[in-house]
Amino acid sequence: MLKTTPFHARTAPLCVSDAWRRWAGHVVASSYELTHEREYHVIRVAAGLLDVSPLYKYWVRGRDAARLLDLVVTRDVRKAAVGQVLYTPWCDHAGKVIDDGTIARLDEQSFRMTSAEPGLRWLQDNAVGLQVEITDVSDSTAALSLQGPMSWPILESMGAPPLKYFRLASATLHGIPVTISRTGYTGDLGFEIWVDAAQAIPLWDALIDAGRPFGVMPTGLLALDMARIEAGLMLIDVDYVPARKALIASQLSSPFELDLAWTVNLNKERFIGRAALAEEKARGPQWLFVGVEVDWNSLERLYAEWGLATRVPGAAWRMSVPIYARGEQVGYATSGAWSPLLKKYIALAHLRAQWAKPGTPLEMEITVEHRRKRAAITVVKKPFFDPPRKRA
Amino acid sequence: MKRHDAIIVGGGHNGLTCAAYLARAGKKVLVLERRERIGGAAFSDEVFPGFRFSVFSYVVSLLRPEIIRELELARHGLQILPLESTLTPLANGDRLVQWSDHDQNRAELARHSPRDAEAYDEFGVLLHRMARAVKPLLRMAPPDPASLHPAELLDMLRVGRYFRELPQKDLHALWKLLTMSAADYLDEWFESEALKGTKSASGIIGTLLGPRSPGTAYVLLHHYMGELDGVFRAWGFAKGGNGSVSAAIAAAAQAHGVEIRTNASVSRIQVKSGRAASVVLENGDELVAGTIVSGADPRRTFLGLVREENLPEDFAAAIKRYKFRGASAKVNLALGELPRFTCLPEPGPHMRGAISISPSVDYLERAYDQAKYGEFSKRPYMDIVMPSMLDPSMAPPGKHVMSIFVQYAPYHLNGGWTDEKREAFGDTVVNTLAEYAPNLKSAILHRQVVTPADIERIVGLSEGNIFQGELSLQQMFFLRPAPAWARYRTPIHGLFQCGSGTHPGGGVMGASGRNAAMEILGVRA
Repeated sequence: MLKTTPFHARTAPLCVSDAWRRWAGHVVASSYELTHEREYHVIRVAAGLLDVSPLYKYWVRGRDAARLLDLVVTRDVRKAAVGQVLYTPWCDHAGKVIDDGTIARLDEQSFRMTSAEPGLRWLQDNAVGLQVEITDVSDSTAALSLQGPMSWPILESMGAPPLKYFRLASATLHGIPVTISRTGYTGDLGFEIWVDAAQAIPLWDALIDAGRPFGVMPTGLLALDMARIEAGLMLIDVDYVPARKALIASQLSSPFELDLAWTVNLNKERFIGRAALAEEKARGPQWLFVGVEVDWNSLERLYAEWGLATRVPGAAWRMSVPIYARGEQVGYATSGAWSPLLKKYIALAHLRAQWAKPGTPLEMEITVEHRRKRAAITVVKKPFFDPPRKRA
Repeated sequence: MKRHDAIIVGGGHNGLTCAAYLARAGKKVLVLERRERIGGAAFSDEVFPGFRFSVFSYVVSLLRPEIIRELELARHGLQILPLESTLTPLANGDRLVQWSDHDQNRAELARHSPRDAEAYDEFGVLLHRMARAVKPLLRMAPPDPASLHPAELLDMLRVGRYFRELPQKDLHALWKLLTMSAADYLDEWFESEALKGTKSASGIIGTLLGPRSPGTAYVLLHHYMGELDGVFRAWGFAKGGNGSVSAAIAAAAQAHGVEIRTNASVSRIQVKSGRAASVVLENGDELVAGTIVSGADPRRTFLGLVREENLPEDFAAAIKRYKFRGASAKVNLALGELPRFTCLPEPGPHMRGAISISPSVDYLERAYDQAKYGEFSKRPYMDIVMPSMLDPSMAPPGKHVMSIFVQYAPYHLNGGWTDEKREAFGDTVVNTLAEYAPNLKSAILHRQVVTPADIERIVGLSEGNIFQGELSLQQMFFLRPAPAWARYRTPIHGLFQCGSGTHPGGGVMGASGRNAAMEILGVRA
């Protein structure tokens, strides 16, 4: 049986589309309204309220908590200040990515780790001999993500403390104890609010009430998918295969290949995958994960051949689409979307390193009237959308 | 005297677009704007503290996608939010809502007429094809079928070939759209009065014509050509109001090196031996440029800035005959709470779309009848949007702005527009709307009424016509604004036009500005 989240009593009646998506064994609304259009725009103009409870959450505490996490992930956890949140991948011993998520330092000896896949066993196995307690709080902690330019005015009106980008603080919202982190998956100004599952419903109600004057709307995963592509953020199982699920070597990815070189801290003496990653860094990655933009005129011509108006996808797609250079396949796109905000057709793609430089002209397969065609594309810098308000 | 390659008179959205394209091609361009702020009628203002309005034009959709792309308007701050529905409240407490979701829309239409629900999709497909058929014309200077000029013949040939490729039934449909009234055309498709009323309203916008006047079916198509994200008939609202459209185009223009001067009122364009020589400002400054482009409407350009004695007689006569007859007004309301429509009182997605007071074709035609004889409509047609529902930054938290486009408010009102008449008209609008939303009056915090006379006075559009001249067939395509002078050129060498008074005409479209730039640069579409 699929699980529902602690917000289900509120989200279910709101979900008039009856469109749900599975996420880590739970059901979460794909869109609440009949179409996801407005929910997408609300993230960029007001504030979307997303139920992100299905994330796996672990509470890691004890004298050696920082040591354990520092050993497991590629970033330097020991240097993280109390109240800081780190986004980081973690790798196997061969330096291939197992998962990615966040680590929040709640105090000197206590952290909350989020992940897309269950990670309890991996943490436990690496904690042998360390003084650390690992608790799976996935079900007991509910989480909401409030994303968009109005997210701060809403929280401010509820008396929340100001937060810098990727910082977290405890707060009380309408009498409900929560932690708020300035994080999210939209590339916009946004926050995630963590609460005891027992208090989930009152928190939802409080946020909806406080958010109404600011245009808040419950927002589903279809809208989030478009926003995260605009933000250039990858998604596990869609944009990369986690190392534990890979069947053949070519399905594996290193952080370098996923454009996460900035998260690999080789100054750390010891962490899982270090040796392999040091070697790869010296050698240079074979593949790179990049953004591409489809050339409109090229797309228009392909449709015009059939007497059709140019068609663009109304929702984000997730599939593998070949990319070519001079007729040879040199990579593949894994997610794409028409960005109504940027008025561009964008995609995230894996390219052989020599073709991955921004500005490189390539071609991507497009199916027009059941025929496979190739549209001109250009490699561009990620993120596609990066508003100053995200960090301001 | 500083020399520019081109001077654009008027910082409206077309003038700015033209300037941006010229500068993009390497020209040194100066834009002169009479007012203290750019944008012309695409202008946002905090009319009342905390409440921002698109004071005049209020929606986007006709803005050409190629302009958004080529000038990178998204990068320069343009953010378009879709208007997803159209609510038509009815006097009996019922309503008709056209939704963007197909199933929801079909169920709602079927409630009124199962036949209409079926016809709706087919109608949509036909208009999609018609819009696609006409779309290439929007991107080019319109060739004159009577001209023997080689370039025009070539264009004519291209258009001819294009139309020859259209299936016969599409050609027939197109001819009908060009000649029929919106009401007659819709009668061939639908039976529900509310649907026909609301759809025919697109045919009368900006024009002193009623839904039963021939030629209005084309205006319906003109409004169908709006395109968002590859979808025709999609309307949107610019975050921050329509001033944001102008601001984004201006930012793109400036990024290409355009100089924009505000508070720079042009008093005349100097003509020396048949050539536009310079622009003289009201403060006496004289500015010289090889090319002078007017974004002002044809009357202001030729009879105001250039002066009749510099024009060939037949051309001057044609410009004098060119019809304006503004018929539209705006009422902008600051609201303390959301209006509660009797037909759908609770707040919901219908408040994020358009609200159309157009219960039937008769209702609209009756509204027109009064305007025909110089009175404003006692029960006017209204197209209403509440931008704060889409963009909360338009109003203080929990409060709202409402933009009401109203017809008919004839420019040539019996006895002329006065302050009393303006307020009486504002009362009529509010009273009419309050019949559908009884709490409206108590929700109003502030009210701004903009009559065609105000539009003329503030923005400079002759007779307050929002399209710089009626979109009626005798002054469209190769006849806009005058026979033989439809290709952005004028009888005066070095003087061009780039406003909505040229092909393809009105709406925040930018096509005239872009096409004019291409013509000046000698680029074939």
